[in-house]
Amino acid sequence: MSAISVSHLGKRFDDHEALRDISFDVEVSELTAIIGPSGCGKSTLLRCLNGLELFDRGRVRLGQITLEMNDNGQRELQTQLRHLREEVGMVFQSFNLFPHLTVLENAVLAPMVVKKQARSVAEEKARALLAKVGLRERMDYYPSQLSGGQQQRAAIARALTMEPKVMLYDEPTSALDPSLVGEVLGIMRQLDDEGMTQVVVTHEMRFAREVADKVLVLHDGELIEADAPEVIFSAPKDERTRAFLQSIL
Amino acid sequence: MKTPNIVPHIARQFTAATVLGGFRRWMLLALCLGASVANAQTPAPLRWAGDAEGGAPYLLPNPKNPREIIGFEIDLMEALARNLGRKSVFVQNQWDGLVPGLQRGNYDLVVNGLEITDDRKQQVNFSLPYYVCGEQLSVRADETAIQSLADLRGKVVGTLKASLAQRILEREGGIEIRSYENQNNPYDDLAIGRLRAVLMDWPIAIYYSKPNPKLKFVGETIGRMEYGIALRKTDTALLRQVNEALLALIKAGELQRIYDKWGIGNPETTALFVQIAPELQTAMPAPSATPSQMLADFSRNITTQLTWQQRLQRWRIYLPPLLLQGAPMTLLISLLGMAVAVALGLVLALIYLYAPQPLSWLARAYVELFRGTPLLIQLYLIFYGLPNVGIRLSPLTAAVIGLGLNYAAYEAENYRAGIQAIPRGQMEAALSLGMTRAQALRHVIVPQALRLVIPPVTNDFIALFKDSSIVSVITMVELTKVYGQLAATYYDYIGVGLLAAAIYFLMGLPFVRLARWAEKRLATDKRISTTAKRRWLGVGAKPA
Repeated sequence: MSAISVSHLGKRFDDHEALRDISFDVEVSELTAIIGPSGCGKSTLLRCLNGLELFDRGRVRLGQITLEMNDNGQRELQTQLRHLREEVGMVFQSFNLFPHLTVLENAVLAPMVVKKQARSVAEEKARALLAKVGLRERMDYYPSQLSGGQQQRAAIARALTMEPKVMLYDEPTSALDPSLVGEVLGIMRQLDDEGMTQVVVTHEMRFAREVADKVLVLHDGELIEADAPEVIFSAPKDERTRAFLQSIL
Repeated sequence: MKTPNIVPHIARQFTAATVLGGFRRWMLLALCLGASVANAQTPAPLRWAGDAEGGAPYLLPNPKNPREIIGFEIDLMEALARNLGRKSVFVQNQWDGLVPGLQRGNYDLVVNGLEITDDRKQQVNFSLPYYVCGEQLSVRADETAIQSLADLRGKVVGTLKASLAQRILEREGGIEIRSYENQNNPYDDLAIGRLRAVLMDWPIAIYYSKPNPKLKFVGETIGRMEYGIALRKTDTALLRQVNEALLALIKAGELQRIYDKWGIGNPETTALFVQIAPELQTAMPAPSATPSQMLADFSRNITTQLTWQQRLQRWRIYLPPLLLQGAPMTLLISLLGMAVAVALGLVLALIYLYAPQPLSWLARAYVELFRGTPLLIQLYLIFYGLPNVGIRLSPLTAAVIGLGLNYAAYEAENYRAGIQAIPRGQMEAALSLGMTRAQALRHVIVPQALRLVIPPVTNDFIALFKDSSIVSVITMVELTKVYGQLAATYYDYIGVGLLAAAIYFLMGLPFVRLARWAEKRLATDKRISTTAKRRWLGVGAKPA
């Protein structure tokens, strides 16, 4: 069974059709890259996968949990979303670390609050993950005392503390100084090697080409192409994909 | 001077309790009072109210020991209570609140130069009159144009708000009337030329105008008014007892002795007593010819030009009541009031922002209502209005709740601004980690918002600190009230005023410092200040 299955997803913002009838599957342990021109709906699609954005039509299945917009009560929806989010880690373009907490506190908050773990247990796990992303020496720093790359790595470690089955990244390197992009992509590459299922909205075409198992191309809310990176980057079938790749390469 | 024994004794207990600031002392006092009520052997104390800011000769802080209240009405009530075999307990209340407080049951009698009028008789019962006088016209010593009431036409004349004097001036017509809240300010304004004349109850004139060499009396007293003790309409048994006691005091010559002691005996009152007790016709002594020691002391007090040294000496007398009685109460009310405001404000802001429709609307209505109506009226409604629906709060509770409810509206808006200033990504990150909205608020949003709102909340606390003086309208004696009483007693608005202002300032200062410290310490962006400094110095352009 695939890790994620999206079928006939549709979403409107007022009079603008943000997502049109999108269907795709993400296999376990694969890294899927979502690319496309800005405003094409990449981020909206990704945010639908963990319920930060609600959709109008279609269905998202993530492991055992199926999210469907029907007549379920608000309360039931919220519960469902919470279960879904425990399975999915999310990394944002702007990091969104909690500025009033140290890096370590950022990483133990959710396990303690959501999973009711004891501080000692949560800290042990958080320390290991922070060490893994290369922040052993920065655990007691506040986010504002870190560089962008360090902050994003901390954010990834924070998401990992919840032991998600899937990691979602919304343009994780777009806010970074070019010299710091590599360290973040390195972590994602490492996770891929370890078999983490990941979905990345990105502008880093080299990364998509080298690491992704599958590339989705979105254009104006429509999924115009989904294929292996070699195909997308060397022999795209859709004219619009070709135009997009030309514009950025 | 002989000091009345019972009331000052209680006053001392009260101040002693405030002095040590300890709740333990309060508890002790409460226990004592409770015990005395519980003990069926001892009759319940006779609780009566007046406003000691009113001043001489009615009620005033003793110039020699300002934490004790003296006055001819204290002496009168001492004698009356003794006659009834009860203990006299004086309750301080703002003049405007005297009758409402009576209706509310805070005390059983009002004794404060309350003129018996038909209007007031609609609301309360009056005892036999205990004193009669008229209104005395005062002018500057060099005034020649004013000989009588008729000469006041077209001139600016000061008097006491809602008094017989005001009615007389209004009836005369064509006079520009300035109404004052207290009795000494008009005489000050007369002396410096803001007024051409002042018409005031004769005993007040005797104390505040006559000793002043810059002023003089003109003509005989005008009009006639009787002071009575006010009681609730329902307390007919107490009314009978009070009347009997008054009659006994009149017959025994006791009231006359009190008036002589205070130098306010007059023929009108003598005539009244003879009318009430015809047998006094022959026995009644004429008003004493020996000058009153009280009046002489008071006159010396307000007329003597003090050297700077003496003036500073006197400040030492002001300090104990200001610091030990007024300031702790102001501090207590403000801290408790702010605690209520800060807690309730947060709840309101969260309901407003996150609760479903009807609740959120109610929170908004609360904010608009409490922000949009005067605190004074809110306090009156809480203290005097709520008893009508069976809720009777102690003055302290009412003050704390009143200030708290009012400031909660402002704090709610501060929090709302603070919460809304937190970037949306924070909530999204928390939700993405599996937190519920409530958990996200509790652990992520509100802690950050609280740090943001420290400066505006500190601002409001300082404002509340000073606004707390308003609670004197519901019988609380706090810093501003003590200031008013002292200023009226020593006739020193500048000296006492400077001291009181300095105490407010110094009491507020630690909180301002504390807030600064907390702001710095809890800053979410730890490096902001140091980075800014470094950048300014041109070192370390980038943080680690």
